[in-house]
Amino acid sequence: MDASLFTSMLFATVVAGTPLIIVALGLLVNEKAGVLNLGAEGMMAMGAVAAFAVTHESGNPWLGVAAGVGAGMAMAAIFGVLALTLMANQVASGLALAIFGVGLAAFVGKPYEAVALQAVPPIRIPFIADLPLIGEALYNQQALVYFSWALFWGLLWFLYRSRAGLVLRAVGESPASAHAIGYPVIRIRYLAVLFGGAMAGVGGAFLSVFYTPMWAEGMVAGRGWIALALVVFATWRPLRVMVGAYLFGGVMITQLFIQGSGLQIDFPSQLLSSLPYWATIVVLVAISRNRNTIRLNSPVSLGKPYRPDA
Amino acid sequence: MPILPPLTPPQPSAAAPARLVLQGIGKVYPTVVANDDIGLTVRAGEIRAILGENGAGKSTLMKIIYGVTRPSSGRMFWEGEEVQVESPAHARSLGIGMVFQHFSLFETLTVVENVALALPGKPALDALAQRIVEVSARYGLPVDPRRHIHALSVGERQRVEIVRCLLQDPRLLIMDEPTSVLTPQAVRKLFETLRRLADEGCSILYISHKLDEIRELCHTATVLRGGRVTGECIPAQETPASMARLMIGKELPRCEHDAPQAGGEVRLRLAGLSHASDDPFGTDLRDLHLDVHAGEIVGIAGVSGNGQQELLRVISGEEPLAERFPVQICGVEAGRLSPGRRRRLGMAFVPEERLGRGAVPTMSLADNALLTAAHSQGMVTAGFLRFERARAFARRCIDDFNVKCGGPAAAAKSLSGGNLQKFIVGREILQAPRLLVCAQPTWGVDVGAAAFIRQQIIDLRNRGCAVLVISEELDELFEICDRIAVIAKGRLSPVRAAGDTSIEDIGVWMSGLWPGAGDTADAPLAMETPHA
Repeated sequence: MDASLFTSMLFATVVAGTPLIIVALGLLVNEKAGVLNLGAEGMMAMGAVAAFAVTHESGNPWLGVAAGVGAGMAMAAIFGVLALTLMANQVASGLALAIFGVGLAAFVGKPYEAVALQAVPPIRIPFIADLPLIGEALYNQQALVYFSWALFWGLLWFLYRSRAGLVLRAVGESPASAHAIGYPVIRIRYLAVLFGGAMAGVGGAFLSVFYTPMWAEGMVAGRGWIALALVVFATWRPLRVMVGAYLFGGVMITQLFIQGSGLQIDFPSQLLSSLPYWATIVVLVAISRNRNTIRLNSPVSLGKPYRPDA
Repeated sequence: MPILPPLTPPQPSAAAPARLVLQGIGKVYPTVVANDDIGLTVRAGEIRAILGENGAGKSTLMKIIYGVTRPSSGRMFWEGEEVQVESPAHARSLGIGMVFQHFSLFETLTVVENVALALPGKPALDALAQRIVEVSARYGLPVDPRRHIHALSVGERQRVEIVRCLLQDPRLLIMDEPTSVLTPQAVRKLFETLRRLADEGCSILYISHKLDEIRELCHTATVLRGGRVTGECIPAQETPASMARLMIGKELPRCEHDAPQAGGEVRLRLAGLSHASDDPFGTDLRDLHLDVHAGEIVGIAGVSGNGQQELLRVISGEEPLAERFPVQICGVEAGRLSPGRRRRLGMAFVPEERLGRGAVPTMSLADNALLTAAHSQGMVTAGFLRFERARAFARRCIDDFNVKCGGPAAAAKSLSGGNLQKFIVGREILQAPRLLVCAQPTWGVDVGAAAFIRQQIIDLRNRGCAVLVISEELDELFEICDRIAVIAKGRLSPVRAAGDTSIEDIGVWMSGLWPGAGDTADAPLAMETPHA
């Protein structure tokens, strides 16, 4: 493989992995608080369409990202009212949110279907972007790529070094105990759900404003579901989420290159297209087989509604 | 048992107001009045027992004091000033600490993280770890702040709970049935700690239904029945029987226990049973040998977490073995049989967890009866369920075992713990098993119901059934068992006739130190043992 091909594949891998990282890390916080929100696909779709519309009308992609955050949080708030205040089943509410979000996004996005945005230029980090092979791929990227890295480090610090993160993990493990020693379980869960929605919105905005600067119905293409699976198979650990997301991106890009290269290989293209999905899951399942890791990291109360007795 | 020094009553100073006064406290839930017009006074340095059966309203009252729930009526005074405790955090800021019956620790977090969660402000973890070591050394409660909770024994967990409270410098400490999981020696250490706290001026509210403990520890006692205060007493001047009368309103029934019939056939044999637990925090069973004969009750004592759960799962068939011979039920090598097949050999089983293992919470009592009694009671014909038989059988369990409930159609989770336990024990006993295996048959059940369940188990033995009881309550084992063994660190001690041993000996054995234990006594999971 020649050097420029490697660099461009690495570049594309990072870009493809970024929305997954952002969304999955948001969901990780969400689930660490014990709330399972399956509506990621819908929140991403709404984030994508809101970001696209606002960017198109205002010409400012950052206003677009803000709109994506707002849309994601609004969707998450609907889920919060259903699942946290009204104690509805989290799985059912989340599925409903996913279907509702995808449908609503298609509806409000109709006027924008044939519109294109101007590509947002990448941000080049001086000096390190000149590194051979990796410089161009890693340090001449969209701002949201750098954001995903900052999010990762910030989350590591938040979850394992800060008191707020400790409280969050406590709520996810045993809401009854957390309530008994005096923490506002429902409020903390709301904040976690809203954070999950905000990150799903950013992920959607990345897709429609930066990744492919256009809007098309169904453009989220199952990334919300993959992000949800990533969190579980990564046993709720941020580093593994990161690895899994880049793995998915890498396999996706590799198979696209193979399909686009015109190589005459005797392999059905449908199977190649499905490769990223099952390769990611197989690898993550293989590395997460340790029961100890699962037991120490999985939020015990995940998906169980909690009603404090008054 | 070594006796603590006699109680010195706290010195009430006439000028200082009482630490806590409750007046007319009431709490009404939609279907039940949990507390009704309760008055209570606790002075500085006083250890006051709150006595009562299950459902008498003890826990509700404590939750009100600690701010977990709000009272429907009544007034509360803290050191002379009227307060309304809004939340547990508020209670802690007043100086009220609570050690819960069901631990409120977070298993995947470390000791120091658990403590930090309960303290106000944002203590630095390193400094806090140092304080934990200091406080635990001062009160003789050794804990290692860096360890994860899930790796600790129940005794150690309780120490963490207590240390967590002590770090808040409480002036009132509420303890909800703290001794249910401790060895006798550990109970003794706990009492010394509590006495010391009281001498330093801390008031203690101590909830228990172990009457002899209350006589030994507490200055005063308030008795609750049906949500009302029915009496006050000075425990040292009462007998356990007289306090039980105050508590349940009538004489406590005594178990009748004749000598066992000798020479019954072997109904359960463990022949060199070894099993590696697949749970990373479980205990491996190592070379267990035991015979249980028809017409006798054999008890297995031990601090929980020493292999009881694993042993129960292996005997019940939830965890099938690779080999047939290590578990023999009624003469059949049953190591690889499923739970249902083992039941058909004549085994009945009362698991430790009532909800989830012993009964399906959301299903009716009749459906729950069907789950274990379908075959023995002919509730299935040609693959079809005969619900009228299930209902009739459930009705029999309810009537014969005095289960207070809304009938066979009531959901299992709607019953109180004691009543559900009576139903489950009844369901198993009424199937006339040849072998009954039961775990903690009276855990969390009040004295009246416990005595009833024990008598039923003894009667079953007298009808020729073999019974294996696994329990942490030594008094219970000594009351009903003919022979007793101890499980520690996954190994089983020799079996002794109950009359030839004593609670003290068994207590020592529970830390793994039985004659001939040799190298097995390396690291028993008991409270006295300093951890590695």
